[in-house]
Amino acid sequence: MPDPHAPDRFGDARIAARLCAIDPGLGGLIVRGGGDLRETLVTDLREALPAGAPVRRIPTHIDDDGLLGGIDLTATLAQGKAVTRSGLLQAAHGGMVIVPMAERLPDAVAARIAAVIDTGTVVTERDGQAPARFVIMALDDGIALEEHPPAALAERMAFWIDLADLCAPTPPAPADEAGESVSPYEAIDIIARTAAALGIDSVRPALFALRAARARAHLAGRHAITLPDLAFAARMVLAPRATRMPATPDEAPPDQPPPDAEADERDDGEQSQREPGPIEDVVLEAARAAIPADLLTRIADGSARRARTNAMRGKGARRKSALRGRPMGATAGVPGGGRRLSVIDTLRAAAPWQRLRGATDRIVIRRDDLRVRRFQTRAEVLTIFAVDASGSAAAARLAEAKGAVELLLAEAYVKRAHVALVAFRGPGADLLLPPTRSLTRARRMLAELPGGGGTPLAAGLAAARELAEAARARGRTPFVIVLTDGRANIAADGRAVRSQAEADATAEATAMRLAGIPAAFVDTSARPRPEGAAIAAAMGARYLPLPRADAGAMHAAIGRAQPG
Amino acid sequence: MRVSFPFSAIVGQDEMKRALLMAAVDARIGGVMVFGDRGTGKSTAVRALAALLPPIPVTDGGYQDGSTGMAKAGATMPVPFIDLPLGATEDRVVGALDLERALGAGVKAFEPGLLARAHGGFLYIDEVNLLEDHIVDLLLDVAASGENVVEREGLSVRHPARFVLVGSGNPEEGELRPQLLDRFGLSVEVRTPQDLKQRVEILKRCDAFERTPDEFAEQWRREERKTLKKIARGRAALATVTVPDDVLMLASRLCIAVGADGLRGELTLMRSARALAALDGADVVTATHIATVAPMALRHRLRRNVLDETGSTTRIERALEELVA
Repeated sequence: MPDPHAPDRFGDARIAARLCAIDPGLGGLIVRGGGDLRETLVTDLREALPAGAPVRRIPTHIDDDGLLGGIDLTATLAQGKAVTRSGLLQAAHGGMVIVPMAERLPDAVAARIAAVIDTGTVVTERDGQAPARFVIMALDDGIALEEHPPAALAERMAFWIDLADLCAPTPPAPADEAGESVSPYEAIDIIARTAAALGIDSVRPALFALRAARARAHLAGRHAITLPDLAFAARMVLAPRATRMPATPDEAPPDQPPPDAEADERDDGEQSQREPGPIEDVVLEAARAAIPADLLTRIADGSARRARTNAMRGKGARRKSALRGRPMGATAGVPGGGRRLSVIDTLRAAAPWQRLRGATDRIVIRRDDLRVRRFQTRAEVLTIFAVDASGSAAAARLAEAKGAVELLLAEAYVKRAHVALVAFRGPGADLLLPPTRSLTRARRMLAELPGGGGTPLAAGLAAARELAEAARARGRTPFVIVLTDGRANIAADGRAVRSQAEADATAEATAMRLAGIPAAFVDTSARPRPEGAAIAAAMGARYLPLPRADAGAMHAAIGRAQPG
Repeated sequence: MRVSFPFSAIVGQDEMKRALLMAAVDARIGGVMVFGDRGTGKSTAVRALAALLPPIPVTDGGYQDGSTGMAKAGATMPVPFIDLPLGATEDRVVGALDLERALGAGVKAFEPGLLARAHGGFLYIDEVNLLEDHIVDLLLDVAASGENVVEREGLSVRHPARFVLVGSGNPEEGELRPQLLDRFGLSVEVRTPQDLKQRVEILKRCDAFERTPDEFAEQWRREERKTLKKIARGRAALATVTVPDDVLMLASRLCIAVGADGLRGELTLMRSARALAALDGADVVTATHIATVAPMALRHRLRRNVLDETGSTTRIERALEELVA
């Protein structure tokens, strides 16, 4: 889709990399996708740094000792006295840190790095403080929308660059250096306005934008910030963080903000200064043109990138964990990678051999004696609600079904379970709420759930099953609650053929049973008919007709059907 | 050590600043829970306050192992500010057997954890709602008792751990259990000001601070001294501020009216109103003080009907209006 007027995205990214070297206060870049292109960025950044600046790569599963420094256990054992080593962040002082596969970086590691970025120092127990200032280049290989580097880290990096759909460098856009300069005060004012218009609440992006504009002016050897500097900052720093589309300016058709058209407008306006409006509009336009195309989808999801939470990343779901949880004894192994040495068990293992090893005044411990702790974490329960929002259900029982779901949500809240919400109506099923612990969001999504259309029961069951299987792959225990009147009338391929729809629904229900996913089937129809019970039987689910149970009794029945 | 952003230079966020000052005046209020998005100045404010407070005698802060001679008489240290990272392990938090001394010298020694280091200062937990449950349980226990008891690996250690617990979190990213919420003395909600003038002012100050931290700190030195004096006066006056019976009655009636469970609400209400009065230089706590602190002290304690959309703050304000009228 080459668009001659599109901004030179790759060129912008290369400038951004150089700016980070000029002002390490920008934090760094997150580069999503991009293949070989991002190697160019890495090289650009490295070359822009002073000669001999250190470059370090963070392995995804680095432990605290490796990151911040600690005891070198092997050397300590060999020499019989404490030997410390410095951490990676300290070693990277004045240079750059590369984080490959940043989307898989554990939150704990991100939190540590964030603390070091905030203070500019590494604090170690023994040696006190050591300076550690560096630029981060995070390589994000995430594919799914919800795979992102940890928010704590992303928040502290100025540039979020998406090269995912860019395979070859775009042709460089004509240089637009002939821009009007603005006073520092105006620059701050424009950035504040732009950030507000894009719905960015955090102060950090605005500060980053200011730094980026200043660094770009510096790069070009200018003292004053110019409008193109601000436009660059707006599209590189502010636009990727936008949480809403800015209000369209008056001259444009009110409900027609296609990004491409806007891009044309912006380029024209910028190159020839034809745009008559106030200057902040130029900057805002630049940002608008660079807003990711899927922003609207993400807003519709109820969460822009910023709001995608760490809580969704399915951490700590393993039943046995070497890292955290409640202690459950020790096992032979070498500490490191987050595993902690169990001192008593190590000593106990070494004790019988002391005489053989010729121990005199101190205990001789060998590598084989080392024991590490094991922990147990509770598998989290994920309750998936598949709610029928079709016209037939909406007419009578949707409100009651919502009431029942809310009761169950309240229960999930107390048990700290995760909940997810799938709604099916019309042509297919939507994942309204990805697994979350946030009751606030679940309740809001439910309240906004519209009703109407046919009943694509097969699609709803399929979506719930996929979600349940994904949850199980992450170590969670899924439980599906289907609320429907059981009258499927949309087939899996979207056609409105009742007989086919019923066959597909039964097939999907059987698939759910074969997958071994525990489920409950709540029949919300006013007069339950055998179809509902049949589908419930195919699912292997407990069948709960709503008419005979009020919301409270139904809630209790589901509670009994639920595992754990 | 980098210069910290001056506390007095924080634009807006009056409720949060007031809550932190009250906690600084009277540590018995219990911690402060700050709800809000990233980048709203939560950690800046807490760090700034810790940096503002005068150094404390070494004997009153950090880990005390009882060994004399460690601290020279009259030696002081800055108020401890400990950041509890999300991934912290239990050992790091409570302390554990000192590994290197155990292996190297064969000595059974205690390696103090973060709780010990926070003694006398602030323990800040960003995104407390994402912290693992068993660590949260642990923290609550210590925060409530003011003492850390370690019984593990053949160690038996207890040491004082009194600190102001400051948590922050975004309710959109996961709820906090009611048991945990109740233990925080005060809770405040912060939002980035939507007023453009204020936002420009924030940007200007942050920018000035980032470019020339020392110069900026110098500009605010007078303001900082004023704030410091206010805290010192407040602390001194705390013992002499009286709470009349009718004000206590109002506090109790308010708690009953909004349905706050347990006595903790009333106690916090009383303590925080007293701290506010002391800060303001008043001798007697009035109904106005109660009204000012009530939302902070109670909003997180209401038995929440999870399905009720009405905000807790609104419910408290409504109850107040009815009672005062």
